[in-house]
Amino acid sequence: MGGTVSAQEGAANLLEVRGLTKIFGSLTACDHIDLAIKKGEIHALLGENGAGKSTLVKMLFGSLEPHSGEILWNGQAVRMTSPSVAKKLGIGMVFQHFSLFEALTAAENIALSLDDGAPIGTIAAKARALSYSYGLPLDPESLVGDLSVGERQRIEIIRCLLQAPELIILDEPTSVLTPQEADKLFETLERLRAEGKSILYISHRLEEVKRLCDRATVLRHGKVVGHCNPREETAASLARMMVGNEVKSAERTPIKLDGAQELLSVCGLSRKPAGPFSTPLKNIWLSVKAGEILGIAGVAGNGQGELFEALSGEVQQASGDAVRIRGKDAGKLDITGRRLLGAAFVPEERLGHGAAPRMKLSENLLLSRYATDGKAFVGSAGMVRNGAVYEAAQRIIKAMDVRKSAPDPEAAALSGGNLQKFIVGRELDRQPTVMVVNQPTWGVDAGASAHIRQALIELARSGSAVLVISQDLDELFEISDAIAVMHNGELSKPIPIAEATFEKIGLLMGGSEPGHVDHKLETA
Amino acid sequence: MDITVSILLTIATAATPLLIAAIGELVVERSGVLNLGVEGMMVMGAVAGFGAGYLTGSPWIGLAAAIVVGALFSLLFAVMTLSLATNQVATGLSLTLLGLGLSGMLGTGFVGLPGERLPNLYIPLLTDLPVIGKLLFGQDPIFYISIALVFGVSWFLFKTRTGLTLRSIGDSHTSAHALGIQVIKYRYLAVMFGGACAGLAGGHLSLVYTPQWVENMTAGRGWIALALVVFASWRPLRVLAGAYIFGAVWIGQLHAQAFGIPIPSQFLSSLPYLATIVVLVIISRNKRLTMMNTPASLGQAFVPDR
Repeated sequence: MGGTVSAQEGAANLLEVRGLTKIFGSLTACDHIDLAIKKGEIHALLGENGAGKSTLVKMLFGSLEPHSGEILWNGQAVRMTSPSVAKKLGIGMVFQHFSLFEALTAAENIALSLDDGAPIGTIAAKARALSYSYGLPLDPESLVGDLSVGERQRIEIIRCLLQAPELIILDEPTSVLTPQEADKLFETLERLRAEGKSILYISHRLEEVKRLCDRATVLRHGKVVGHCNPREETAASLARMMVGNEVKSAERTPIKLDGAQELLSVCGLSRKPAGPFSTPLKNIWLSVKAGEILGIAGVAGNGQGELFEALSGEVQQASGDAVRIRGKDAGKLDITGRRLLGAAFVPEERLGHGAAPRMKLSENLLLSRYATDGKAFVGSAGMVRNGAVYEAAQRIIKAMDVRKSAPDPEAAALSGGNLQKFIVGRELDRQPTVMVVNQPTWGVDAGASAHIRQALIELARSGSAVLVISQDLDELFEISDAIAVMHNGELSKPIPIAEATFEKIGLLMGGSEPGHVDHKLETA
Repeated sequence: MDITVSILLTIATAATPLLIAAIGELVVERSGVLNLGVEGMMVMGAVAGFGAGYLTGSPWIGLAAAIVVGALFSLLFAVMTLSLATNQVATGLSLTLLGLGLSGMLGTGFVGLPGERLPNLYIPLLTDLPVIGKLLFGQDPIFYISIALVFGVSWFLFKTRTGLTLRSIGDSHTSAHALGIQVIKYRYLAVMFGGACAGLAGGHLSLVYTPQWVENMTAGRGWIALALVVFASWRPLRVLAGAYIFGAVWIGQLHAQAFGIPIPSQFLSSLPYLATIVVLVIISRNKRLTMMNTPASLGQAFVPDR
C-alpha cells in the first residue's frame, strides 16, 4: 500500500475546489472550502453531522449550486449546473439518503441513471454480473420497495459503478452494510484505485478510514480544519480533529439482574412474510428485564425490521400474549396502545417513518406523543397547546444538542444524524419503561453516537428495559448486557456480554451455529 | 342485427371522449401532477373545435384547433403549478371554472348554428362488409386516434426509456432530481400532452358526437375521465375497459328508459357510474399492483433546491 501512496505524490489533481461557499438562510453550511483530489487516491472527508460534508459533495455533484468559489476538473474550471453535467465529466455518486424509486425494480432504477439507452434486460444482466463479481449480490428484478436498506445501498453502489466514473463519491456507504459486505466494498474500492480511479469517501467509521484512505480532509462547522494522512493518526486523534475536543465512549456499569422485573417479553412470536421479499419470523422468544439492555445483531434483511414492526405494534399479533409489556398482554394493541403501556419505539427509517419530513420538529413531537402526553400537550376540547409542545421540542433539542438552521425547522431540513438525535431524544424525554430502538446511530457521527448510547444506558440503569437492534457490532458490544442474533427470521439465545466475542456473534450472524433452531428461553 | 351494430356504434361514440381525456390525464398523473382542470380544457377544446370548424368550413381545421387550444390552456396550469409551485388542486379547479366561463363567453355567437361534422371513415369493400365493416372500418377518425392513443401510451410508459423516466418522476421527484433528470421539463410536456388530449376529447363532442355548440356541453365528462384514471389504477388498458363499460351502461340505461322499464330514471342514470366503479374496483383488488402503479408524488409541488 505504501508504494501506491508514494506513486501518487506527483500525480495531478483530478478535482480541485477553491473557496467553495454555500449559504442556507443564516447558516453558512460550507465556508471557503479548499480540497484537492488526486488521480488514483482514496480521499476521506471527515466531520461531524452538520459539518457540511453532504452539502459539499452535493455541490461537487451538481445537485446544489455554490454561492462562490470554483471547481476545477483536470485543471479546467467547470460549472456543475446539474448532476447530468457531473455525470458527463465522470463523477459518480452513492447517496446517503437513497435516491431510489420504490415502485420500480432494481434494474429500472439502474437504467434511469445510465444514458446509453440499452434495453432493461441487458442492464439487468450487466448489473447482476457486476454485483456478483464485486460480492454485493443483487436481484435486478426485485422491487426496491421490498428491499432492506442494506440491499438498497447495494443498488446505489452498483448503479454508480456501472457508469464507470473517474471520481466516485461515497456518502457513508458502509453504515448499512454487514462487516463482510463492507470488506467486499473495500476490496472493490482498492481495485478501482489500482485502476487509477479516484474516490472521495465519507464515513463516520474512523477505523475504516484509517484502513482504506490515503489522505483525509477534516471539516468542522463548515470550515476545513485540517488535512492529514489517516494512517499516521489514531481513531482518537481523528475524532479529536472532527469534534474539537475529546470523545468519550459510552460507559456501561455492570448490573445484577437477578430478580429484576421482566418488562418486555416475546413468547413464541411467528409472522408470515408480508411481501414476496420479506423474511418470516419463526417462533421468537425473548425477554428484557428492568435495568437491562438487550442487543440484537444480524445481517440486514434477516427479519430485524419485521421483528421491530411486531414489537412496536405496527403489525399486530393474533394472540395477545405473544408480546407482553410490563406484564400486560400487548399483542393485539396498536402502537398507541403499546405506548400507553409505557413503551417507546424508534424505527430504522428516520424520514417518513420516524418523522414526517415536511412537518416541523414540534409537530413531529406532538404526532408521536399526543396520546401519552395528552394532559401536557392537548388542552380542553382537544385544542393543541402549541406553546407547551414548542417548549418540549426545544427541551429535547437542547438535551440532545440537535444542530439546526431555524428555531423549529421541518424534519427534512435537518442532517440525518441531527434528526436521529431528535427522534431518540423525543422518546427518551418521556422516560419510557420499555424502549425499543432499531439502528440507533445509523449515519450518526462519533460524538452524537456516544451521546445517544450513553443516554440509552442511563435509561436502562434507571430501571427501564431497553432493546437495541443494530448492525453495528461495536455499538452492541459497547452498550448491551447480552446480545442475541437474528438469522433468517430466527433469534438465537442471548449471550451475556461477558461471554460474547466478535467471533461467536459473527458465526451466529452467518447462521452456522449448530442448534440454532427453535428454543425456549429459560424463565428466571 | 342492424340495431346491435348501431348500439355498439353509439357506445363507441359515447366512450371515445372519456377515453381520450382519461388517457391524457393518466400521462399527467404518472408524472406526479394532478390536473383537476380536465373539464375546463375539454370544454375549451369543444368551443375551439366548433368555432374553427364553423368559420373555416373544415372540420379538420376544427380538430387541429381543439388540440392546440387544449394544450395552450393546460400551459396556463403548467406555468402556475410547475414554475410558480402553486397548489395543484386549487389551480386545477380554477382552470375548470375558467374554462367553463370563458368557453361560454367565446361561444355566445355559435349557439344554435349548424356545425361541421368530421366524416366517418369509408374504405370501399371493407366498410361494406356486414356487421364488422361499420364497426371496424366505418367510424369517425377520432375513434381510431383514441384506440391508437391507448396502445401508444401503454407502449410509451412501459417499454420506452423516456416512459420509465416519466414514471420515476411520478414516484419520487426528489430522487429524479438527484439523478439529474429535468423534472420540470418532463412535467411541462406531460401536462401539455394531457391538455392536447382533453382538447381533442372536447373536439370530439362538438365535431362528431353532437356537431353544434351548447354551453357546458362537456356535462361533467372531464370529471368522469379523472375518476376513471384513479379507478383504473393508472393503467392504460384498464382506462380503455372503464371508458367502454361506462359508455355501454350509459347507452343501455338510455334504451331502458326509452322502453319505459318501471325503475326510477334517477337510478338508471346513476348506473353507469356505479357499474364502472364496481368493475374497476374489482380489477384493482391486487393491493400490491395498485401500490406499484400509484404515482407516490402525485399532487405535490416540487421546488428543486439549488
